Amino acid sequence: MSYHSWGRVCPPAAHGVRLVARDRPLPAVGQPWLARGNGRSYADSGLEPAGCMLDCRGLDRFIAFDAERGILRCEAGVLLDDVLQVIVPRGWFLPVTPGTRYVTVGGAIANDVHGKNHHRAGTFGRHLRAFELLRSDGSRLTCGPAENPGWFAATIGGLGLTGLVSWAELALRRIDSRGIDATCTRFETLDEFLAIADGAVARHEYTVAWLDASPRRRVRVRGHFTWGDHVADGAGLAARRRRAGPAVPFAPPWSLVTPLTTRVFNTLYFHRQRKPVSQRRVDYEPFFYPLDGVREWNRLYGRPGFAQYQCVVPRVAAADALPALLGRLGAAGAGSFLAVLKTFGDTASPGLLSFPRAGVTLAVDIPWRGEDTQRLFAALDAITLAAGGTVYAAKNGSASAACFRASTPALERFRGFVDPACSSAFWRAVEAAA
Amino acid sequence: MSGVLIVGATSAIAEQVARRYAARGARLALWGRDAARLAAIAADLGVRGAAAVEQAVVDLEADDLPARLAALAARCEGLELVLVAHGNLPDQAACEADFGAVRAAFAVNALSAMAVAEAAATCLAQQGHGTLAVISSVAGDRGRASNYVYGAAKGALTRYLQGLRNRLAAAGVHVLTIKPGFVDTPMTAHLPKGALWATPERVADDIVRAIERRREVLYTPWFWRWVMAVLCAIPEGLFKRTRL
Repeated sequence: MSYHSWGRVCPPAAHGVRLVARDRPLPAVGQPWLARGNGRSYADSGLEPAGCMLDCRGLDRFIAFDAERGILRCEAGVLLDDVLQVIVPRGWFLPVTPGTRYVTVGGAIANDVHGKNHHRAGTFGRHLRAFELLRSDGSRLTCGPAENPGWFAATIGGLGLTGLVSWAELALRRIDSRGIDATCTRFETLDEFLAIADGAVARHEYTVAWLDASPRRRVRVRGHFTWGDHVADGAGLAARRRRAGPAVPFAPPWSLVTPLTTRVFNTLYFHRQRKPVSQRRVDYEPFFYPLDGVREWNRLYGRPGFAQYQCVVPRVAAADALPALLGRLGAAGAGSFLAVLKTFGDTASPGLLSFPRAGVTLAVDIPWRGEDTQRLFAALDAITLAAGGTVYAAKNGSASAACFRASTPALERFRGFVDPACSSAFWRAVEAAA
Repeated sequence: MSGVLIVGATSAIAEQVARRYAARGARLALWGRDAARLAAIAADLGVRGAAAVEQAVVDLEADDLPARLAALAARCEGLELVLVAHGNLPDQAACEADFGAVRAAFAVNALSAMAVAEAAATCLAQQGHGTLAVISSVAGDRGRASNYVYGAAKGALTRYLQGLRNRLAAAGVHVLTIKPGFVDTPMTAHLPKGALWATPERVADDIVRAIERRREVLYTPWFWRWVMAVLCAIPEGLFKRTRL
C-alpha cells in the first residue's frame, strides 16, 4: 500500500498504519509520522515519504448528531460525502464545503478549506465547535475557540503538523431543499469579473467563476461567473438515487490535457453559455462537486501527473497581478481546463496558517512538465509575493515553499505548536527554504 | 422493519453491512467482544439512521445462545437477518508448530460460528422466515499448504451451512454462505496487497444484494467464483505440486 498525492507528481509514501479506534493511543511507529485523510491534497503537504502515514480512513464513525440544533460530532476520517448523506435528508448542510466531497473532516480542518460562500461564512475552521488533538507524547487535548485556543488556532490549517485530530464537532447550516438556484453569466474582462463579483457577493451565498485559461499570446480574462443560493421552498430533501459515475480506468503514458485539447475544450465551453444570463435550478451535488462526477479524474493528466497553482492577492493588486499571472501561464503554454477565479471576503481565518484572506484567488491546474513547471511556479510565486499575496499549501506544495514561508508571518508562532514527531515533505521544504 | 443481528459486529465487513441496514432504518443488535468498540459502532449506526441499536458482549462458547436469541427476537418482534461475521486469520506456521493453535483456530472460525448459526437456525425456523448469512471464505474451497488450517475451518463451516440450508428450506428460512476473497481489513492488514484485493464496502454491497435476492452462495467479488472453479478443477496429483 502506498500513499500518493492527488497530482501524482510527488514521491509517494510507502509506509502506513491504519487507525481503527479513536480512543486507542497512537501507534508507536518509531519514525516521523503524518496523519492521512483521503489523499486529496494536490502536492506533498499531505505526505511524508521519509516516515509513516497514520491512515485515518478507519476513523470513520459518527459520534452524535443533534438534528434540532444542527451539531454533528464525528471521527476525523469521516468523508464530507458521508456527512452529507446523513445531514441533508434531515435538513442540514455543511457550513462550508470545498469543491470535492471526497475529503475527510480531518483533512478539511488541516487545510482550513474554503468554499464558494467564503464572503459569508469564512473558512471551514470557523464552524468548528471542538476537536480532539492527539500528540506524540500521549496527551489528548480537547480544543475549541475557548478551550486550548492556541492549539485550536495552530491545528486549523496546520497541515497535520500539530498532531492527529481524532474527532471533531461542527455547527451545520439549515436548508429546506437539496436544490440550488444557480445563475450563470459571461464576463470578458477582469473589470467585468470584479464588477459582477461585487454585485453577487452582496446578494448571494455562493459565488465562483470558471476562467478560460487557454494558452494564448494575448492575455484575455474571460469566463463564466456563477452565483447560487439554497432553494427555500421547503421541499425535496429526499436523497437522490446515486449511480457511481464513470471512472478514468488508468493513467495513460502521456497527459491527455495538452495546449490543443484545452483550447478546444475551453472555447467550446465558453460559448456553451449563449444567453447573457441563464438561470436553472440544480441539485447541490452537480453545483458544488462537478468534478466528483468522474472518479479518478486526476489520471487524465497521464503518468507525469499534474499540479495546481493557487494563490490569493489583495484586491488592490489584482488588476496588475492577475493579468501578469495569466500572461506567465500563457507564455509557458501551460493551459488548463480548470481555472477558477473567486473573491474572498474579509472574514478573518481562524488558523495560524489558513490560506484564505481578503482578495482575489486564482487556481489553475497545470500538466506537470518537470523543471519547466518548477520554473513556472517560481515565476508565478514572484508575482504573488510582489502583489502581497500568498499561496495555498494544499495545492502548490513544496514547489512554492519559499513563497509560503515569505508570505506567512504566523510561521514563527506556529513552530511552537509543531509536534516533534510530525513531519511532511512540504514542511521540510519550508524549513529548508531560504 | 424487524431486527437485524450482527455477530462479530466490530469486524470491518460486518460494520459496513450494518451501516447499509442502518441507513434503511433497521433495528440493529450488535454482538462482539470489545465493549468500547461496540459502543462506538452503535452510536455511529444510530446517527446513520438505525431505528434502534443495542449491543452486547457475548461469549459464543456459552450455552445461553438459544435463550439470548429468543429474547432478542421477542424484543425486536422477529429477526429478519442474522449475519455471522466473526473470525480470525490463524498463523499457518504457528499452527504447524503447535496443534493448540489449530484447536483455537477451529474454535473461533468453525465451532463458534456453527454454534451461533445453529441457535439462529432454530430461532428463524420457529418464526418461519428470515435470513441466516454467514461469512465463510474462498479458502474453504480447497486445502492449500499456505493456509489449510483456516481453510479447513472455513470448509467445515461451509459444509455445515449446506446442511442447515437443506434443513431450513422447508421452514422458509434463507441461508446464505458468503465466500469473500482477499478483503482489505484489519484482519489482513499485515499482508501485501495486490489487484485481487477488495474493499469491505464493496463486499458489503455484494452481501446486501445477495440477501435481497436470496442467493445460496455468494463469491465476492464475483470473479472468485471462477478463480475457485479453476483451482478446484485441477487434479489433486497436479495440485499437490503447486505453491498457491
